[in-house]
Amino acid sequence: MQLRHIVQARSGDKGNTINISLFAPSDHLFEVLVREVTVERVKAHFTGLIYGEVVRYLIPHLRAMNFVCKEALSGGGSATLRMDNLGKCYASNLMRLEIEIGDDRG
Amino acid sequence: MRTIRIGAGQGFYGDSILPALETAARGNVQYLCFDSLAELTLAILQKDRQRDPSLGYAADIGRQMKELLPIAKANGIRVITNAGGMNPAGAAREVARIAKELGLGGLKLAVVAGDDVYADIDALREQGASLAHLEDGREIADIRDRIVFANAYLGAKPIVEALRAGADVVITGRTTDSALFLAPYIYEFSIRPKDWHRLAQGVLMGHLLECSGQAAGGNFSGSWQAVEELERIGFPIAEVSEDGAFILTKTEGTGGLVSVDTVKEQLLYEIHDPFAYVTPDVVLNVTEVQLEAVGGNRVRVTGARGKKRPDTLKIVMGYTDGWLGQAIWGYSWPDALAKAQAAGRIIRKQIERTGLMADEIRTDYIGYNSLHGPLAAPPAEELNEVYVRIAVRTKSSAEAAKLGRLVPPLMLSGPPAMGAFLGMMKPRELLGMWSCLVPRGLIEVKVQVTVVEV
Repeated sequence: MQLRHIVQARSGDKGNTINISLFAPSDHLFEVLVREVTVERVKAHFTGLIYGEVVRYLIPHLRAMNFVCKEALSGGGSATLRMDNLGKCYASNLMRLEIEIGDDRG
Repeated sequence: MRTIRIGAGQGFYGDSILPALETAARGNVQYLCFDSLAELTLAILQKDRQRDPSLGYAADIGRQMKELLPIAKANGIRVITNAGGMNPAGAAREVARIAKELGLGGLKLAVVAGDDVYADIDALREQGASLAHLEDGREIADIRDRIVFANAYLGAKPIVEALRAGADVVITGRTTDSALFLAPYIYEFSIRPKDWHRLAQGVLMGHLLECSGQAAGGNFSGSWQAVEELERIGFPIAEVSEDGAFILTKTEGTGGLVSVDTVKEQLLYEIHDPFAYVTPDVVLNVTEVQLEAVGGNRVRVTGARGKKRPDTLKIVMGYTDGWLGQAIWGYSWPDALAKAQAAGRIIRKQIERTGLMADEIRTDYIGYNSLHGPLAAPPAEELNEVYVRIAVRTKSSAEAAKLGRLVPPLMLSGPPAMGAFLGMMKPRELLGMWSCLVPRGLIEVKVQVTVVEV
């Protein structure tokens, strides 16, 4: 299933770095996100768009995760040739990611 | 417990003034704070100042104040804005002129200056600041001769000083966005400098307010279709009490939505490490924040934790980084994407043949992949129309301008059904951003607060 059917997300910029925050609607789905939306998968998903390090932070009680991605804007908002120069669409871009929801609630 | 109400007036240079007027008239706030500055904004304002040294502040401040000041005065609202940008004194002159024109005698106007460290770059290096790039460690020497502006992010302290001096309007240059909102909280409740948890709540409040509509249903990725009347969105208001707990809300009868879900999205916006969001006033930990719905469009926010503020301040510099040339034109169905792609190939070959010196060339197909890049899925059906956008990065403006001249001949000599050539777009200078840290002692000595009565 694509992430778009499950999560809320917003992205923003700082220099050449962007962050994407994701929010799950339930504890169960948060656990699924933690398992499925890993640094490796996000990095692979953004091949050709994000060139630097990707770091993931978790905030379980808000069912939130935050991805900080470096070298993501081809130089940053005022220096880039990108049309999405401020990375506002990166959250939408991530919504294409396919994840396995499974049925591990028993 | 006493509470004060602080409203968001603006989230960026170019934002609508209408929600601020609504908040001023009916929002029952004591403070209205305007965040005009993004990283990109300083680059824009710097270009204005280069053209005319009397400019360099957010040019819409005059128009805004003309409408806002009479309402603010009538309702006893104090206004704080960073619209001063690269030239807070210039902005203050403009506001003073407007105040006189409106006959608002006795208005106290404060200017916070000292964030501009452009003239001090070499002195800072001599005093031991490395100025190496915060993100990638590059040495400042790489770009030293191309720097066009340099500003430190100041904290809330000088704004608090301005409020203590009785200012009705405070105009700053580069401060952290949250400081604009934190300052009235510190001032009203005499929050002590090392009261880290309360300062953290104040910064969090500022963080939620600083992007105007984004905490009130704007840019909401959840059930955005259910957010009503965005055309008359109410900007967020914080009702904050002495202990720092606050309720985020908006003016009754306005559009938009303040809910746990809309607030949550703003909570992590542009925050990197949620355990340690560094500001000049406090290091904020948002990982224990509690959001609780306490009524329609009312969300209670508690649980921010603070740690000692850093001994450094962040400086952002802009440096010239070449020129952008771009052209956009469209093709119609049938075969719109194939035609656009053929045109893209033709222009690339012509860039080579004519010897246009581009350090980078980028082709986007608007309607297909201009926002999704390599992630865009090939269209399942034929697209009705596709626009080609070609962009080049060059060393000079003249070189960038050559791109536009390659496009018009395609109308008669390219693929069929070309429409909407948007003209030869004027080359735009690109500015790189350079963030670094310096010991705060080297900066804060020159921060100045001036209050005048106009």
